[in-house]
Amino acid sequence: MHLGLVHYLTVSAVLFGLGLLTVMTRRNTVGILLGVELLLNAAALNFIAFEHFVAGGAAGQVFTIFIITLAASEVAIALAIVLQVYRGHRSILADRLTDLKN
Amino acid sequence: MPEFTGPVQHVELSTTLWLIALLPLLGSVTNAIFGRRLQKSHFGHDLAHKLHIGSLGVTLVAVGAMLAAFALSLWHVAKLLALPEAHRFLFCHAWEMVRIGSVDFGFDFALDPLSSVMILIITGVGTLIHVYAAAYMHHDGAYWRFFAYLNLFVFSMLLLVLGDGFMVMFFGWEGVGLCSYLLIGFWYDDYAKASAGMKAFVTNRVGDWGFVTGLMLLFWALGGAWLEGGSYQPDNLPRLAAVAVESGEAEHGGHEAGGEHGAVTAKAHDADGDDAVGHHAKAAHPQGNGTFDFTVLPGAKVYVDGALAGISPLTGKSLHAGRHTLRVVPGGGTDDLEIPSFSVEAGGETMVSLIGPALSFRSLHDQLVVRDAAGHHTVREGLQSKKAWGGVGVITLACLCLFLGATGKSAQIPLFVWLPDAMAGPTPVSALIHAATMVTAGVYMIARLSWLFALSPVASGVVALVGALTALFAATIGLYQYDIKKVLAYSTVSQLGFMFIGVGVGAYWAGVFHLMTHAFFKACLFLGSGSVIHGMHAVVHGEAAAQDMRKMGGLKRVMPITSRTYFVACLAITAAPFPLFAGFWSKDEILWRAFTTENIALVPGALIYAIGLAAAACTSFYMWRSYYLTFEGEHALPKIATEVHESPAAITWVLVVLAALSTVAGVLFGFSTHLLGGHGEPMLEEWLSPVLQHAVVSFREGGLGLEYALMALSVGLAIASWALAKKRYGAGRPADWAAREEGLPLFDAIQHKYWVDEAYGAAIIGPILKLRLVLADLDKWAIDGIVNGAGVVGRAAAWTSGAIDHHLVDGAVNFVADRTFAAGERLRTVQTGRIQSYLYGLVGGVLFFACLGYFLGR
Repeated sequence: MHLGLVHYLTVSAVLFGLGLLTVMTRRNTVGILLGVELLLNAAALNFIAFEHFVAGGAAGQVFTIFIITLAASEVAIALAIVLQVYRGHRSILADRLTDLKN
Repeated sequence: MPEFTGPVQHVELSTTLWLIALLPLLGSVTNAIFGRRLQKSHFGHDLAHKLHIGSLGVTLVAVGAMLAAFALSLWHVAKLLALPEAHRFLFCHAWEMVRIGSVDFGFDFALDPLSSVMILIITGVGTLIHVYAAAYMHHDGAYWRFFAYLNLFVFSMLLLVLGDGFMVMFFGWEGVGLCSYLLIGFWYDDYAKASAGMKAFVTNRVGDWGFVTGLMLLFWALGGAWLEGGSYQPDNLPRLAAVAVESGEAEHGGHEAGGEHGAVTAKAHDADGDDAVGHHAKAAHPQGNGTFDFTVLPGAKVYVDGALAGISPLTGKSLHAGRHTLRVVPGGGTDDLEIPSFSVEAGGETMVSLIGPALSFRSLHDQLVVRDAAGHHTVREGLQSKKAWGGVGVITLACLCLFLGATGKSAQIPLFVWLPDAMAGPTPVSALIHAATMVTAGVYMIARLSWLFALSPVASGVVALVGALTALFAATIGLYQYDIKKVLAYSTVSQLGFMFIGVGVGAYWAGVFHLMTHAFFKACLFLGSGSVIHGMHAVVHGEAAAQDMRKMGGLKRVMPITSRTYFVACLAITAAPFPLFAGFWSKDEILWRAFTTENIALVPGALIYAIGLAAAACTSFYMWRSYYLTFEGEHALPKIATEVHESPAAITWVLVVLAALSTVAGVLFGFSTHLLGGHGEPMLEEWLSPVLQHAVVSFREGGLGLEYALMALSVGLAIASWALAKKRYGAGRPADWAAREEGLPLFDAIQHKYWVDEAYGAAIIGPILKLRLVLADLDKWAIDGIVNGAGVVGRAAAWTSGAIDHHLVDGAVNFVADRTFAAGERLRTVQTGRIQSYLYGLVGGVLFFACLGYFLGR
C-alpha cells in the first residue's frame, strides 16, 4: 500500500487529539507537559508531511528542527518551574496552584 | 496771535513759601501720632501745672508750630515789603497735579499783599488763640486731639489764602470746613454738639455746590466758542499770548478814577508789519536787551528761538530786542504750544499770559486786564458779552454762584443758620474759626476776585444787599439773647454782613480792613466770654448755665483784666461812646463807601447805608447790653464774689494783646490824611492797591463835609444805643430787667430768632426727612421686594437644577457604573484560573466554528 499525505495527517491528527485530551484531562502538571509535547510533535509531523507532499524545499524541516529545539528548552524550563513549585507547595496539581488568583 | 499790552502781574520766585503752610501740618501730624503718649507722659508736668496749661509736650508742638509759622509769615511779608509795589507777588511752585489741555491744576502757592494780610491774621491771632487754648482746655482728656485739629485747621486756612489758584483754595476751603465740623463736635458724646457740627457741615455743602458751579461757569465762559448752527467748540489747548508789560505807574489811579483805563499809554505797541521790519532792523544792530518772563504753566519747558531757556516759572530772562519765537512743552496730557513770533523791546519787559480757561487767579486776572493793539480789552469784552439762558450775563451768574459759596462759609443769609449753633464747640474754636478766620473766607474770596465781581454790578449789588440785610437781621436777633456766646455769634454774622457790604459796593480794601479789625476785637470778645465761662464753672453747673448772662453780673470785681479787655473790645466794635478804636475806622469806611458807591446796579447805595446804619446802632445796643449784664451791677449769684477768680496768665495776656490790637489797629492801618484835608490814603489801602487796583470801580465824590456828617450820624446813633443800653442794663439796673424785656414788641420773634430754623425745618428739612421715610419704605418694599423676589426665584431654580443634576445626570452616570459593576461580578466567575477549563472553551469554540464552517461553508 502506498503511504500518502492523508496517512500522515491522520497520524498527526490522532497524535494531536491524544495530546489535547492529555492536556485537558490531566491534573498533574508533568502530565500536562507530556500532552504539550504530543501537541508539538503532531504539529511537527504536519510540517514534514506538507513539506514532503505539497511544498517541497526545506522550510518544513527547518520549522521542525525549531520545534524540537523549542520543545527541549520548554521542557527544561517547565520542569525547573515544576520543581520550584513543588518545593513551595508540596504539590504539582494544576488546580491547586491558585496563588495568583484574585 | 495778536500782541497785547497790559499791566499783568509781575512774579518773584520764592522757594520757601510752602513752609508756612507745612509747619502747622507737621504740628498737627505730630500731635495726632504722638500726642496721646505725650499727654500721658509726665514731661514738664510741674511747669505745666504752674502755668495752668495742659500737657507741656503737646502745647510745645502746637504753639511752637504756630510761632514758627508766624515768624516765617513775618519774614515773607518783610520780603514782600522790600520789593517794588508792582512786584509784590511771591510765587512758589510745588508740583503739578493734573495737566490735560486747558485744565491745569497746579499745586502752587502765591503771596501778595492781600494774602499777606490774611496769613498774618491767621498765624498771629492763631498763635494767640493757641496759647489761650492751652490754658482753657487744660483739663480736657483729649487735649492732644484738640490741638491736632486746631493745627490742621490753620494748615487748611493757610492753603485757602496762599493758593495761587482755585484748586488749592478749594482744598483749603474744604479742609477748613472739615476742621470746623471736627471742632464743633469736639465733645462728640453730647448729641446736640455733634449734630451742630453736622449742621455746619451740611449747610456748607450747599454753599460749596455754589462755589464749584460758579467756578465751572467761569471756566466754561472763558473758553470755547459757539459755532454757527449752535454747536459748541471747546478749547482743547490753552492759548498763549505775549504781553508787553506796562509799568504800574501808567495804570495808577485806576482804582479811584473809575471807568475804563486810559487806552493811551506812552508805550502803546503797534504790531503791524512795518513796525516788525523795523524791529528786525534793530535786531541786526542790537540797541540793548529786554527782559522776558514766562510764569504760567509752572513746570513747563520753555524754548526761545529753539534753545531751552529754562523751566517755568522763569523770570528776568534777558533777550536782545527784536522778534523771537517761543515753544513751550507743558508735559502731562497737553500738546506743545507755540507763539510763532513775539517782540521784545529794548529796556521793555515781555510776559506770556494764558488766554482762555484758567484756574490760577493770576492767569484769570492777567487776561482780563490785557489790551490788544487797538486798545480793546479783548478777553474782558468777550467775557462780558457772554450770555447764559435768558440773557443773564455769565459773569453775573458765576459771581452769584461763587457768592453762594461765600454765604455758606461766611454765614450770610440764607445759609447763616449754622454759625450760632457752631458755638457748641470749645470757645477758642469759636474765636479762631467762627469769628476771626474761617468765616472770613468768603470775604477773602470776593476780594481776591475783585476784578471779576467789579465786572458785574448786579452780582455786586446782590452781595452788598445780602450783606446789609444779614447785618441788620443778625444784629436784631442779638438784641435779646441771654447766652453770651449766642450774642457774639449773631454779632459775628452781623459783622460779616458789614464786610460783604464793603466788598459788595466795591470798597474791597475796606471789607478786608473790617475783616482784620474784626479778627482782633471779635477774638478778644470771644476769648473774654470764654474766660468768663471758665470762671463761671466754679459756681454753676452745665454749659448752658455757665453761658447765661442772667446768672452773671458784677464780674468786673472778680475778673478785672477780663472785664477791661472786654470793655475795650466793645468800644472797638461799637464805636460808642468813644470812637477811634479799631472797628470805628473800618465800619465807617464801609458805610461811607456804601453811601457813595456807583458800582451796584440793583439798589441805591443810600439804602445799603441806611440798613448798615441801623445794624450799627443795634450792634452798639446788644454789645453794651452783654457787657453791662456780665460785668456790672449786682452779682446774680452771691457765690460769685467768693468763688469766681480771674483766669490764669495764659488767658489774660492773650486778652491784653488782642485788646491792644483792637485799640490801635484801626488808626494804624485806616487813618487817612485826607480826613484832615490831605491826600494820603490809609496804609492798608496803599498796601492792597496792587491787588485791587484792576477792579474797575467808582465812587461819587461826596465831599469832606458830607463824610463828617455821616460819620457823626453813625457815631451819634451808636452813642444813643449805648446810652439806652446803659440805662436799662447798667450798674443800677432794676432787678426785673428780664421781665421788662419780655414785654417789649417783637421780643418773642427775636427770642426765637424769627423762627428761621423752624421755617427751614418746615420748608426744607421736614420734607427731606419725610422724603427719607418714603424712600425708606420704597427701599423696604419695592427694592427689597425685587431683590428678595429675585432671591426666591434663584433659590427655586437652584433647587430644580440640583434635583435634575442629582437624579438625572448623576443617575445616568451611576446607572452605567452599577451595570458595569454587576456585569463584572457575573463575568468574573468565568475566569476560574484553571487552564483546563479554558481549554475546554477553546476546543469547544474551535469545534463549534469548525462545524459551522463545515456545514455553512458549502
